[in-house]
Amino acid sequence: MVNVISQIFSWLNNEILKMNWLSNLIRGLVENVFGLSIKERLGGSVHFFIYDTIKIFVLLSVLIFLISYIQSYFPPERTKKLLGNIKGIKGNILGALLGTITPFCSCSSIPIFIGFNAAGLPLGITFSFLISSPLVDLASLLILMSFFGAKIAVAYVVVGLILAVVGGTIIDKLGLEKYVEGYVKEIENVDVEVIELTRKDRISYSKQQVKEVFHKVWLYVLIGVGIGAAIHNWIPESIIEAVVGNNNPFAVLLATAVGIPMYADIFGTLPIAEALFQKGVGIGTVLSFMMAVTALSLPSIIMLSKVVKPKLLAIFVAIVSIGIVIIGYLFNAFSFLLV
Amino acid sequence: MIIKVLGSGCSSCKKLEENTKKAVEELGIKATIEKVTDFKQIMAYGVMKTPALVVDEKVKIMGRVPSAEEIKKYL
Repeated sequence: MVNVISQIFSWLNNEILKMNWLSNLIRGLVENVFGLSIKERLGGSVHFFIYDTIKIFVLLSVLIFLISYIQSYFPPERTKKLLGNIKGIKGNILGALLGTITPFCSCSSIPIFIGFNAAGLPLGITFSFLISSPLVDLASLLILMSFFGAKIAVAYVVVGLILAVVGGTIIDKLGLEKYVEGYVKEIENVDVEVIELTRKDRISYSKQQVKEVFHKVWLYVLIGVGIGAAIHNWIPESIIEAVVGNNNPFAVLLATAVGIPMYADIFGTLPIAEALFQKGVGIGTVLSFMMAVTALSLPSIIMLSKVVKPKLLAIFVAIVSIGIVIIGYLFNAFSFLLV
Repeated sequence: MIIKVLGSGCSSCKKLEENTKKAVEELGIKATIEKVTDFKQIMAYGVMKTPALVVDEKVKIMGRVPSAEEIKKYL
């Protein structure tokens, strides 16, 4: 019985998320129509480029639609009310969990920060939310499953949530409320009634989100797949191994340092991460890179700098960066369990 | 009827304003449409995700851009 279930799950993962059938189809196209061998550089990169681009765009559309539908039940205004009465670490855990299902763009980080603060939520709970929101969401979970398998995807989510909870708790314990900008504390809390949407509204909203996200990321995806294809087929393994391979003890640090200032969507970094992983770069190094790109970015740091003073901002960035580095090393050390 | 479009200049906020104007025109009702861009004023309505639509001081739409047809329901 368990065998049957695990076989069905494998099939679902391979055909629906990984789209093996698509890979084979494109392979047929490249070999029979273009007359290139997959094993050669040119054929290999053409296959990678076409297959990965289609796969990402299809997954993107389907996932964003499904997830926006779910997220339409959890606008930030509702999250604020849900978190309102909970104190202590339970609040950090709930904040981190809600961060994953609340729709988030960095343009809302200021209003969300101010709103949560005005509602009396402890600073750490707000930060647990702000750390988990860009880092972990349903779309990344499914996409990671597609590219790296279920074990790694689930481990990433669990570890991301732990980082959010621990980071938020540390900020609470350090008592940094005085580093919130003055004007933020003066804004009064206003609870707005959360309007229930009809099913038609939700579908229309979800379709719209797909269009918006597509519009925002299509170029990053193409660039990402291009870089991925180059890594996959053109850059010699020896160079990659020397720079970010497992023999380099600083690989995780390097990957994190490069990822932090980058502003790209997870959909754009995935093909790069996938290509690196296939070239033998450690799973921890690869995940650190992706986490650094999504959790911290120049735009979100600039936004936060408007609501918190430099010291708190620096502590926040430090906690998240160190957390990412630790997670990277842990994943590399325990990769034999996951891969 | 006093309609306020809350949002600080992103493209979805402009789209909401356009769709609202269209809805008002097509319904032929008498209404003024104001754009509110100051986020302190926006937050005074309890809204955390823009764009939002406020009709006679009641928040009707938050965090999304419905079509002109859908907006008519709220006017």
